[in-house]
Amino acid sequence: MTTTQTRPPASATEPAAAPPAGRPVRVLGFRQNLSRWDLKLSPYLYISPFFIMFAVVGLFPIGYTAVISLMDWDLVRNSGEFIGFGQYVWILQNPQFWTALRNTFSIFLLSSVPQLIVAIFIAAMLDRNIRGKTFWRMSVLVPFVMAPVAVALIFSNMFGDVHGLVNGILTDIGLPAVPWHKDPFWSHVAIATMVNFRWTGYNTLILLAAMQAIPRDYYEAATVDGAGAFRQFTSITLPSLKATLIFVIITSTIGGLQIFDEPRMFDNTGEGGPAQQWLTITLFLYNIGWGEWNFGRAAALAWILFLIIILIGLINLAVTRTLVRDEGIRAPKARKKQKGVRA
Amino acid sequence: MLSRRTKAIAALAGAASFALIATGCAASDDSASDDGGPIELTVATFNNFGYTDELLQEYMDEHPDVTIVHNVAAESGDARANYFQKLGKGGLADVEAVEIDWFAEAMQYSDLLAEAPDSVKGRWLDWKEAAATDADGRLIGFGTDIGPQGICYRSDLFEAAGLPSDREGVADLFDGDWEHFLDVADQYREATGKPMIDSANSVLQGIVNQIEYTYTEPDGTVIATENPEIADAYQLVTERAIPNSAYSGQWSDDWFASMANGEFATMLCPGWMLGVISGSAADVEGWDVADVFPNGGGNWGGSYLTVPADGENVEAALELADWLTSPETQMKAFANAGTFPSQLDALESDELASATNEYFNDAPSGEILSNRAAAVSVAPYKDADYFKYHDALQNAVNRVFDGAEDQQSSWNTWVAEVEAF
Repeated sequence: MTTTQTRPPASATEPAAAPPAGRPVRVLGFRQNLSRWDLKLSPYLYISPFFIMFAVVGLFPIGYTAVISLMDWDLVRNSGEFIGFGQYVWILQNPQFWTALRNTFSIFLLSSVPQLIVAIFIAAMLDRNIRGKTFWRMSVLVPFVMAPVAVALIFSNMFGDVHGLVNGILTDIGLPAVPWHKDPFWSHVAIATMVNFRWTGYNTLILLAAMQAIPRDYYEAATVDGAGAFRQFTSITLPSLKATLIFVIITSTIGGLQIFDEPRMFDNTGEGGPAQQWLTITLFLYNIGWGEWNFGRAAALAWILFLIIILIGLINLAVTRTLVRDEGIRAPKARKKQKGVRA
Repeated sequence: MLSRRTKAIAALAGAASFALIATGCAASDDSASDDGGPIELTVATFNNFGYTDELLQEYMDEHPDVTIVHNVAAESGDARANYFQKLGKGGLADVEAVEIDWFAEAMQYSDLLAEAPDSVKGRWLDWKEAAATDADGRLIGFGTDIGPQGICYRSDLFEAAGLPSDREGVADLFDGDWEHFLDVADQYREATGKPMIDSANSVLQGIVNQIEYTYTEPDGTVIATENPEIADAYQLVTERAIPNSAYSGQWSDDWFASMANGEFATMLCPGWMLGVISGSAADVEGWDVADVFPNGGGNWGGSYLTVPADGENVEAALELADWLTSPETQMKAFANAGTFPSQLDALESDELASATNEYFNDAPSGEILSNRAAAVSVAPYKDADYFKYHDALQNAVNRVFDGAEDQQSSWNTWVAEVEAF
């Protein structure tokens, strides 16, 4: 009680300020403490719902999966027996895992690369002055609205080996039928087509938004300098899209590593083909977990997939840093300067 | 229909929340609700068991204090996922249907299922009942239907190929072992240039369902890769059935399209397959079914009803399952959906003997399938891993059919897969 009387009234307005040397030590009352905590803690409190949710539905399952991956788990009885790292070894020694890894990357490349090229092209076309702008822009997004399983069902039917629409047209014009469900490469092409159908429009819109943010003065200046449309595209549009392109590449990498609906619906068994032609990692995980009810091995595979995604994420980060050089270097320098001033 | 279903779902949700409250308040007084007062029973099935609302209403009329809610899953795979996610944890229906394909998996947890009363023992064919009895002698499944196999054939295509086309003639033609069956297939192919059988894996399925010990033995020994019967079956299928088959496996979009186009001349036909054919090839004419099967009889498919032991009204649920699988009720289900009865009394009934199938040229399907059921002499031992082994072997046949691997290397791949299990 006596201490509060020694407090100078002015300091109440700035409770966080350090007391100047030589003055008597001020002890804050409960109210002041409260408002100081309010200032310090509130931001964390406001963002805490996300992190609490993340801990419950994100971190906890990840940790629990790690526990299960070391056990021979019985789903029905909800109990397991500790068996160590044997299930990781089993996964890594299983040739199906490596086939699945190959297929995942193959489908990822076959979908992402053409998808990006086509998306940039369509976005560049939509960026020009055309009639019915909104109609065309909304149209490219329509496939994205369709449920992936519906897309997969329709396309799987089109890519039937014998009675499929695509092979029907090919044989009608005298070309040989394509073994969509037999040859690994062609099955990947078919699945990548479904992915491309769904995601090209989405990426187009993101790239279009980035293109519209490019100042029109650049193009006017380039036109005055005599640069043609193609030169303007390569020298102005593409360099300005760098940051957006990296975002699009990262999202499609994550999507590509998690590809599941399309290969699952590609035939009636959903097991990835008799010779694992289109078995992807997530599909392999599903087969082990929900086909064989072997949750121990499925959990081990989930952790291996988790590590692969982290690894790819790190590679992405490194590539991003070198690609977006201008922003990547300016930021740390600016921070150093600030620090220097403070010191 | 829709409104009825939504009502049922609403009722179910209401019942579930009521049950939650009830369990919370009344602690573990299980018997209270069995003694009287209105109770609600849920029945979960899949595909079409033939349990129509009218049929269930009969039971409700007999038992005024019971209300039945019937939930139907689209296919047995959905039911399987639901079953094992909730078994032992609560949340399953009072009466749950289990398909024979994953029945062995459910048998692993027979202690979590209620035992059928002694009064129903002896109701079913020996092998059907034996498969639902666990090591302690507890019967935990009420058999519904079975899948005795005959041979479905197209009389018009057979006639064009110079083969007999009447039911008796075809039965004589195919009378013999699998080699003989494939001899006829060769003959058909020479005459028409087309494969006679719909799929190579159905032949594998037919052969394997006649072997008592296929991949594992009751003591847990894995005999899959050393079993000479399996090696012979694989060799026969890959060398002789593949050239005579239109497809490797069944149920693909292409397979259904070919069926609708009337491209198949012969199919191995369990009772429920008659419904599949008439359903997906409604416009095709000429299908018939012959009272014959290679190498004697064979069973493919069929289901059971089980009662989870942790349900709210176990006694009442057992009573309902008892009634649903009684010979009389099963005959009504057979009339509704063609599910061929597994109950001895139903098999001997006049109603079954006189049943005919209009789509299959008015074939006496009841009589034919009864004969086929009587011809089944082997009940294959199928443990919880059976599905895994058989699925891998089917894939081995698929690889040879697709040309992904040759006969020997595909077998070696299968052996490697089995060793990795």
